[in-house]
Amino acid sequence: MATEILMPALSPTMEEGTLAKWLVKEGDSVASGDILAEIETDKATMEFEAVDEGTIGKIIVAEGTEGVKVNSPIALLLEDGESADAVTTTTEATTQEALEEAATPAPAAAQVASEEPTPVSKASPDWPEGTEMITQTVREAIRDAMSEEMRADDTVFVMGEEVAEYNGAYKVTQGMLDEFGSRRVIDTPITEHGFTGIGVGAAFGGLKPIVEFMTFNFAMQAIDQIINSAAKTLYMSGGQMGAPMVFRGPNGAAARVGAQHSQDYAAWYASIPGLKVVMPYSAADAKGLMKTAIRDPNPVIVLENEILYGKSFEVPKLDDFTIPFGKARIWREGSDVTLVSWGIGMTYALEAAERLAADGIEAEVIDLRTLRPVDYDTVLASVMKTNRCVLVEEGFPVASFSDHMASTIMQRAFDYLDAPVVTCTGKDVPMPYAANLEKLALVTTDEVIEAVRKVTYK
Amino acid sequence: MATRKAPAKAKPNVSKDDLLQYYRDMLLIRRFEEKAGQLYGMGLIGGFCHLYIGQEAVVVGLEAAAKEGDKRVTSYRDHGHMLACGMDPNGVMAELTGREGGYSKGKGGSMHMFSKEKHFYGGHGIVAAQVPIGAGLAFADKYKGNDNVTFAYFGDGAANQGQVYEAYNMAELWDLPVIFVIENNQYAMGTSTQRSTKSPSYWERGAAYGIPGEEVDGMDVLAVKAAGEKAVAHCRAGKGPYILEIKTYRYRGHSMSDPAKYRTRDEVQKMREERDAIEMVRQMLLTGEHASEDDLKAIDKDIKNIVNASAEFAKESPEPALEELWTDIYADEIPQEAV
Repeated sequence: MATEILMPALSPTMEEGTLAKWLVKEGDSVASGDILAEIETDKATMEFEAVDEGTIGKIIVAEGTEGVKVNSPIALLLEDGESADAVTTTTEATTQEALEEAATPAPAAAQVASEEPTPVSKASPDWPEGTEMITQTVREAIRDAMSEEMRADDTVFVMGEEVAEYNGAYKVTQGMLDEFGSRRVIDTPITEHGFTGIGVGAAFGGLKPIVEFMTFNFAMQAIDQIINSAAKTLYMSGGQMGAPMVFRGPNGAAARVGAQHSQDYAAWYASIPGLKVVMPYSAADAKGLMKTAIRDPNPVIVLENEILYGKSFEVPKLDDFTIPFGKARIWREGSDVTLVSWGIGMTYALEAAERLAADGIEAEVIDLRTLRPVDYDTVLASVMKTNRCVLVEEGFPVASFSDHMASTIMQRAFDYLDAPVVTCTGKDVPMPYAANLEKLALVTTDEVIEAVRKVTYK
Repeated sequence: MATRKAPAKAKPNVSKDDLLQYYRDMLLIRRFEEKAGQLYGMGLIGGFCHLYIGQEAVVVGLEAAAKEGDKRVTSYRDHGHMLACGMDPNGVMAELTGREGGYSKGKGGSMHMFSKEKHFYGGHGIVAAQVPIGAGLAFADKYKGNDNVTFAYFGDGAANQGQVYEAYNMAELWDLPVIFVIENNQYAMGTSTQRSTKSPSYWERGAAYGIPGEEVDGMDVLAVKAAGEKAVAHCRAGKGPYILEIKTYRYRGHSMSDPAKYRTRDEVQKMREERDAIEMVRQMLLTGEHASEDDLKAIDKDIKNIVNASAEFAKESPEPALEELWTDIYADEIPQEAV
């Protein structure tokens, strides 16, 4: 049976092209791989090869013809013993149909329901009333979370720079080498890109790695593996395989370490579908969320903070204590304004609330705890009550997570707002070294108080 | 500790059945890729499509050295690797056309396919990202205490990426059972090896980390298999990684839209006519009287039918349901590793 040779698409964007030159003539025998013609696409002049063997029965489109549509017949290929006269030219209907179908725009996405249900706060106690509490630093709480999970599951291991023999650059993994040995607490060379890739591969291979970055500033060397390899593989594989693992370490400004060691990456990671992002403030949250992160079957970013490591909090004394992702915590109830923060930003929010209370302004303070998934409902329910909102974080102001939350509040609670939503962030500058300038570059409690006075008109 | 270049010319003993199998496997890849090129021309395959034509002996030779449980991971020029490890041509072709019946339900495309069942871990679109991932797969096997090995394939272009050497360092440091397979097809997209490095013997670079390696004739499937067996034995014995630099050649452009003006047509023709891996096995079969012309024609026909069926399947499989946009972003439970 004769085969039509069709004008090929030779680039991702080609719709038509010029048949520049035929390199065969009617009557020529061709084999698979022989060059038939030169075709000018929108990008280059390409050689066009034969796929099947046969004889060129008829050249339908002459050389030099411009604007030849992709998929239109340009020649006829005959099998042995066939004659060109016996064959009538038809367009390959199935192909045309397939193309037309492909060109049909997809049905409009389902309309967003105009009547959204009223958000109800998800905040609820994280442990039973009367639970015995112990005092722990954030550093100890994170170590306990990792150790408990490693005792329970042999596939969990921790790797990173100085995590083993040095006991952690910030002493978070203190004592873990002694308990678990060098098979499961692994010192790496200083090679973030490489060991992050090895961690991702180990996760693909059925383990649950905890990859520690000495700080998240250094994870920029490895961000391709975190985003392109870890976050996207589940989707790209149609659900067949993903990277159940944790990337953790201190994030944001420490003290006097300058521009390259002081960046907050919350907004970067929170913008990536496929990642989960945790940014705890208290020791109890750090512990409960870390345990959830290790058990989660997805890649989880845990953004810790060097200044918070040494801060002590009450932690429930429970055998197996976890906190679910996507559930905010209300630290303080109030009716005049909603203060929303997470991570170290909570120190400013809570301090501001105390000082405002002395002046008779009652702030409701919400700790988001996780940024992806994030608990919109608890924030919205509070804003609908207080009608005012100030967001607090140390990150850069442009495209910050606060911007995202402010936009959500504007879209979903516009009619409830009595004042613009205000964001209090770090300044739009690289972090300076000088003590006075560094203080100025970070968000301050005074700025939060000023923002609250502005939105409460008090 | 780099070993001298192995003179892989001596023909190892090979059975008739094995030789016929290699012929079939290589031919399947070539015909499949030709069909993919044709479907691309028809607009049924979109975006980037990187064909493996010319390099077939590399994956077929190495798969002949592998056992069940071994893993493989590669770059975006991945169709050949998938067919060689036994993935279904229908599922691969339907992924190329972006259909529901594809390995990733149409959500991955040519560069992003995976098969847990066949231990194929991608299909990676970022040049060299698969190299530390391959070392990580090997890390997982060593951690679990089995004797599986991982084949981490990458090209001469990827061989200049820094993360390759980070992976070399840790793989040797931790004795990871990974074979770093450099498929040197001489061109990183349009840049020849001569224009990208002054140390073109990529296999020798492992010496800096203590990793042995060798150069292999990638147009000779039996030489590739012999080298693969040596590398596999080294890894399974717990001696750490091994490097194979396999000299091969890609007949087509870098991707479908590459006119390949950076090399002459004569250069390509010369390789096709004088060094073609499939033709070499074909001649061995005929001169050794292991198969007749008719036998080979029957195989050709059989392969053509498989490939045509895959194209039909890939055309008829429906596009993914619109709801698929929102699935597989997060896993609900940990997918179990196939043992």
